[in-house]
Amino acid sequence: MDETKEIPTPSADRRDDAVPSAPRENEIVSKEEESDAEDAGNEKAPERPSRLSRLRFSKKKDMPGGLWLKCESCGQVIYRKELEEKGRVCPACDFHFTLPGSDRIRATLDEGTWREEYADLTPLDRLEFSEKVSYAEKIQNTLKRTGQNEAYLCGRGKILGRPVVLGVLDFSFMGGSMGEVVGEKFALAVELAERESLPMISFTSSGGARMHEGVISLMQMAKTCAALDRFNAAGGFSVSVMTHPTTGGVTASFASVCDITLAEPGALIGFAGPRVIATTIKQELPPGFQRAEFMLEKGMIDAIVRRTDLRDTLAKLVDYAGGD
Amino acid sequence: MSESPKSNEVGVGGMAFERPIEEIEAKISELESLSQSTKLDISSEIDALNKRLREQIEATYARLGAWDRVNVARNSKRPVASEYIATILDDFFELHGDRAFGDDRAIVTGLATVEGRRFMLVAHRKGRTTKERLDCNFGCAHPEGYRKALRKMRLAEKMGLPIVSFVNTPGAYPGIGAEERGQAMAIAENILAMFALRVPILVIVIGEGGSGGALGIGVGDRVLMMEYAYYSVISPEGCAAILWKDGERSPDAAEALKLTANDLLRLGVVDGIIPEPLGGAHRAPDDAMRQVKAAILSALDELALVPPDELVAARYRKYRTMAAIDGRFPAPPSAGRADDR
Ligand SMILES: [Zn+2]
Repeated sequence: MDETKEIPTPSADRRDDAVPSAPRENEIVSKEEESDAEDAGNEKAPERPSRLSRLRFSKKKDMPGGLWLKCESCGQVIYRKELEEKGRVCPACDFHFTLPGSDRIRATLDEGTWREEYADLTPLDRLEFSEKVSYAEKIQNTLKRTGQNEAYLCGRGKILGRPVVLGVLDFSFMGGSMGEVVGEKFALAVELAERESLPMISFTSSGGARMHEGVISLMQMAKTCAALDRFNAAGGFSVSVMTHPTTGGVTASFASVCDITLAEPGALIGFAGPRVIATTIKQELPPGFQRAEFMLEKGMIDAIVRRTDLRDTLAKLVDYAGGD
Repeated sequence: MSESPKSNEVGVGGMAFERPIEEIEAKISELESLSQSTKLDISSEIDALNKRLREQIEATYARLGAWDRVNVARNSKRPVASEYIATILDDFFELHGDRAFGDDRAIVTGLATVEGRRFMLVAHRKGRTTKERLDCNFGCAHPEGYRKALRKMRLAEKMGLPIVSFVNTPGAYPGIGAEERGQAMAIAENILAMFALRVPILVIVIGEGGSGGALGIGVGDRVLMMEYAYYSVISPEGCAAILWKDGERSPDAAEALKLTANDLLRLGVVDGIIPEPLGGAHRAPDDAMRQVKAAILSALDELALVPPDELVAARYRKYRTMAAIDGRFPAPPSAGRADDR
């Protein structure tokens, strides 16, 4: 949705490197990428962005991937290299920036253990959805740019020696929006976990459902839950880690109903995007609204875990799930 | 599209395409009152106009665009939950509240009877008067509404009653309280839980099928849509604002989103379409509600024959493979929950 503009995101124009590595966070997401995701919750039309916000938008877009960037959360100007060294965590306020999918996999699994599955599934423009460019064309461009076939990456791997099925919804591919293939791959990953009696570890960063696939993308909310229900009945164990940002139809489906839900510090987690809410209720939103700390205080997630502690935490949870 | 709504002073949000119909209707009522006051026999003129009216309605509704249909679905005279309850139910006992936070009036739940068939009704409520509409947040439910629905659906399962769900919402409410109380979590819990319910679930989209807010009470063994209802991942306005930064382009967005009943039937997302009276449900509410009643009776009778295990397994299969193109994805497991296999 519109709000992705306010969100630090992996760069939209990573043209040459097939594996995303050092995205630029403070350049706002490109115009196309911004429109890829919508929250399933955003039924109220947001107002046209003001002239001011559009000016801000173009100004930021023109800013090259420089040495410095501004933290979205605290406003501190950070040396880019320092941010990368800190695993893309703000040295001033501990805000956890969005990690591209492949970085997330590297940061989560033991080295050399990742075995990707279902990597060949590619989205289709089934509605022949057209704006300035057709969705079909947009898919082709994104495939070329990212070297990935979809926003969802899944497969087997090990966390501190414990075998798991890992699924990662990657914001750098069309804003991590959930279309038919994303929903299908989550379901396939859960079924793989059931077949092999492995825990399902799910990471999300997403603006919501993928508008270009219309109601088919909406139905992925049901498909992912259908698969999880089966998994649960078979005694499967699932952990969801919601990272910045996780909103819309992804929060309103599989990300929220895993056995344990974790979040990274500062992550935006919600149903409707903040701008839609502000427009609807015509008032300022409270500070920290919809951030991980807010969701924890309201009782909506089980725990906040820092990025550096995630591997230990996930390994521990997997051990607990094994019973005594 | 039947016509460019932009050229019309009613604006993109209105029923401008109905203007030729309204003109004839106005003329008819004018002649009728004239004939009453003057005692003149002008019945042949009135008959001719009625014939013209019918032809005009047929012509207009034969070429409704997606955006026109969205406006028909939102029409303020279209029957809403309270009218269905008053008109087609033989008995209704409302059950309030989620026993945790409050009683969200945007969703009504209760024990219902139609011609001897008992069921749990779960329905978005939009209200009719301005006060009712405000009370119901125009059909936009809060988390407590979804939790109320879930509590009553679980009760239905315990009581062995099927569930009938009427979907009619612009979407779940986007607000501070709704987020604080876990709007996303409530909807997700409902969707997940509906896969485990061991009683039949019939879902009917009677007006607006607004995104996740619709799906939160919308997982069913049969999903039917009224002819002029719509069901979409995002409102046309929201889509237009994102794609073109221009709400005026909502009609284009409505076309692109493929949100009409025919689109959804073709995609395999809904199982059937309930026909509406000529010119839409707002023109003949009683006829429209009678059609819905007939659809409820036949679907409930059909689903009553399916054993619970099969019901739950088929529901899983339906959504696990929904809208999929044959052979595109690896074959999923054939059955649903392990305890039902
Ligand atoms: Zn910071």
